[in-house]
Amino acid sequence: MTPASFGGFVSRAHARGALVVQPRMGFGDPRQMREGLRRTRDAGAVTVGTLTLDSYTRVNDLAAARRAVRDGVPLNGYPICTHPAEVSRAMLDGVHEAAFPVQVRHGSARPEHIVSALLDLGLDATEGGPVSYCLPYGRTRLSDAVAAWRTACALLAEARTDTREPHLESFGGCMLGQLCPPSMLVALSVLEGLFFARHGLRSVSLSYAQQTSPEQDLEAMAALRALAGEFLPGIDTHLVVYAYMGVFPATRGGALRLLEEAARLAVASGAARLIVKTAAEAHRIPTIADNVEALRTAARAAEATTPRAAGAAAGSEVYEEAAVLVRTVLGLHDDVGEALLLAFRRGLLDIPYCLHPDNAGRTRSFIDTDGRLRWADTGLLPLPRTALTAARRVTSDELLTALTRVRRIYDQGGIR
Amino acid sequence: MNSSVGSMNSSRVDAAPSVLLTGTSSDAHTWNLVHLQLVLEEIGHTVANLGPCVPDELVVESCLGLRPALVVVSSVNGHGFNDGLRLIRVLRARPELAGTTVVIGGKLVTDGLRNVGMVRRLTAAGYDRVFDDGELPAFRTFAARTPDRAVS
Ligand code: B12
Repeated sequence: MTPASFGGFVSRAHARGALVVQPRMGFGDPRQMREGLRRTRDAGAVTVGTLTLDSYTRVNDLAAARRAVRDGVPLNGYPICTHPAEVSRAMLDGVHEAAFPVQVRHGSARPEHIVSALLDLGLDATEGGPVSYCLPYGRTRLSDAVAAWRTACALLAEARTDTREPHLESFGGCMLGQLCPPSMLVALSVLEGLFFARHGLRSVSLSYAQQTSPEQDLEAMAALRALAGEFLPGIDTHLVVYAYMGVFPATRGGALRLLEEAARLAVASGAARLIVKTAAEAHRIPTIADNVEALRTAARAAEATTPRAAGAAAGSEVYEEAAVLVRTVLGLHDDVGEALLLAFRRGLLDIPYCLHPDNAGRTRSFIDTDGRLRWADTGLLPLPRTALTAARRVTSDELLTALTRVRRIYDQGGIR
Repeated sequence: MNSSVGSMNSSRVDAAPSVLLTGTSSDAHTWNLVHLQLVLEEIGHTVANLGPCVPDELVVESCLGLRPALVVVSSVNGHGFNDGLRLIRVLRARPELAGTTVVIGGKLVTDGLRNVGMVRRLTAAGYDRVFDDGELPAFRTFAARTPDRAVS
């Protein structure tokens, strides 16, 4: 692995026993963005930098991004295709280097413009996937996203040189942020990782977002590791944990405790990297100071945790379900992209509560009495049938109760 | 996009809906839309849910085609003020929609502050009401008074 590469940096830190912590950070103003990267680098933890892009750039409405920059409208991220390349290069100059890799995080179902822009700036690490950046992110048809992500992977892979190893992280571990059973998250991460590898990437990461049960989360991470080993041999692969991606605690204490729990999950499960959330999550775009606080809090919690001996994944509920999902999909077609399209068309993959027109919408999930996230209705998934609540409509209050469960527990002082 | 929330519920929407619910052009969030649809249906409305990332033209076309009594615009990604302002100008420019009740709400800016100037500009541009993030009870009361509601 070359010294400048994102994957290589993370693997070396992991080998030293350090968890890499990373913010979700993006500002419209290049000076503030530069300052944010600098203070991430100097946060006193092992960090990598992030450019989170704004929503106009994500949906490729570059005219709106241009108007917003011109009129000084505050953006929810960095408009990488709008600021002139020399402005972005100056923003990164002397900050982005071998000892401080920077990743671009966006949320674009058709990311070619973004991938071209980041490569042009000398960056080569990004995030996404044909499913995970499509179904939760708007109305682009899944077939268009698969085609666009093939091109995006090819662009990244072509940028490989002796000193540059492009890196792509699957966002499959998030899918709408909440109420998606872990087996589906694990399966999608593995399938997207395989999609990346088949399209030329040699360095990938697979994600998993903290959910409602710490035990189930550990099980999911073990399943992810085992399936990555089975399906991605020979590819530089690391695992990344996302601090909770659903409705966040409203209190500062609750938010930081939930973040600490995510850091413990990351270390205990052998992940190499953690993406943090801040105490501002429930309220507004976090400031630089919010992010620095989160990075330090997470790094401290990580240092105080010891990795668990890797338990056997096989046999666990999450592993068994995820393995069936992955194998069923791969059995549909030799091309992973086509297989994903067929699977969604037939409801063999189906995300609960997802409004996207290419999602079958026949599955439902619920939080069980033991805190685990499970299937209430498996729809057409290739899993043992359950249909606990199929006959009944969920009320608005019941939905909100499920969505806010984690917030409530941590705002009230749990889980530690 | 489906006119009901996936197959989550058998929204009785094949007739003309009483409410058109929509995200803004740049906003991908959907839990807000899923929840608001249920809230509206529980007080007797039929809802056409256009989903996330809806281009302004699609909102206009849907309003002209479906003629809802109430249009609810929801945004939480921080661009809601900017996108919402552009959208209402486009809607109010159509004479057929000059009298339609249109409201907006959510997390409309990036700093989490409720800004009086912002509310004034949105209402001046044509919104009938601007709801704050936490104003669901007030919204329920408001929506329950809107005509064309099925009595359930
Ligand atoms: C889940 C989530 C996601 C998921 C969304 C999946 C999906 N398809 O929905 C994912 C991970 C994909 C995501 C992506 C992004 N997200 Co997000 N996300 C959240 C999160 C964690 C929870 C939202 C949620 O599910 N709420 C549950 C529903 C039921 O509640 P709600 O959304 O608040 O909506 C209620 C009220 O707002 C109100 N309301 C809303 N609209 C209206 C309208 C009317 C008329 C009324 C009366 C009331 C009303 O009623 C709603 C229903 O109860 C929030 C932070 C949080 N709350 O903890 C951030 C958050 C909303 N996201 C945010 C952002 C910025 C983004 C991104 C742009 C990425 C980024 N730069 O960080 C992208 C969006 C890309 C795009 N094109 O827009 C910001 C918005 C900041 C702001 N407004 O200042 C938040 C607040 C996080 C943060 N602090 O940065 N996100």
